[in-house]
Amino acid sequence: MNAESITELTDLDKRIVRVLQGEFPLVAEPYKTLAEQVGVSEETFLERVKAMQQTKKIRKMGAVLCHREVGFKANVLVAWEVPEDRLDEIARHMAASPSVTHCYDRNTAHNWPYNLYTMVHGHSREECEQVVKKLGEECQVSKHVMLYSKHEWKKTAMKYFCE
Amino acid sequence: MMMELTDFDKSLLNLLQGSLPVCSRPFAKLAEELDTDEQTVLTRVQELKKEGYLRRIGTFFDSNNLGYKGTLVALKVDPSKMQTVAEAINLYPGATHNYEREGRYNLWFTLLTPDLETEARILDEVQSLNGVEDMLNLKANKKYKINVQFKLH
Repeated sequence: MNAESITELTDLDKRIVRVLQGEFPLVAEPYKTLAEQVGVSEETFLERVKAMQQTKKIRKMGAVLCHREVGFKANVLVAWEVPEDRLDEIARHMAASPSVTHCYDRNTAHNWPYNLYTMVHGHSREECEQVVKKLGEECQVSKHVMLYSKHEWKKTAMKYFCE
Repeated sequence: MMMELTDFDKSLLNLLQGSLPVCSRPFAKLAEELDTDEQTVLTRVQELKKEGYLRRIGTFFDSNNLGYKGTLVALKVDPSKMQTVAEAINLYPGATHNYEREGRYNLWFTLLTPDLETEARILDEVQSLNGVEDMLNLKANKKYKINVQFKLH
């Protein structure tokens, strides 16, 4: 990220972001519908969307599935304690696993030595355990905690530029 | 009762997860790749959405590149106060994911804010909620992967 890419976000871009984060119209010409909501031509709208893809403000156009409905019933957040000098190499290795959907390097805290976080999805808790065991062996990292969720209190998509 | 996914559905969902074309007729473009017509794709996508297979279809933004600041917060919460603490956190629009988890730190939420001042103010408020015994602010240094895709076979 650099300062320039943020200043490039014009008022029009923000209006486009606001309509894009709403419901995507499942019609033949969805961008035409969205462009009308913003009050610009479809051509301009598509141009701005492509520009925001290029500057990586948009990271994906597409769908995310309900993982439970498609058979991925189990998931676990794993916090790993990784030696600092191998962090990058290990993070890249773990990120390459198809079972890993998120992989972030994070700050540690007092009495909390974990510096690498992976979200692991599987068809069952057993499969998650196997994936984690395998990743640990491949990367020669033994210290980790498995943070299974007990209750989902909230899961929403962020609404940008609405504050 | 969920319907069974056909081979066509699986191909469609695999394509959709990868990307939706940015052009005037995106579903016609998908139809070409699937060797069918636009209306068939549109109808099926609408049905799959209605059936609950699609969590979200549309645009996914990079919060950092839009200028937002993000963090992961871990709380140690008195179990008898869990619900009131969790509900207080849910009120922040920038708290997008909030999960009770196994372990010493039993409530974990992600927070997005337009600037670090707002983040600091919210974290102060959260830390002083009745029942919050400890808080970790686990800022990301590098995001190696954000890619929620489930390949269907």
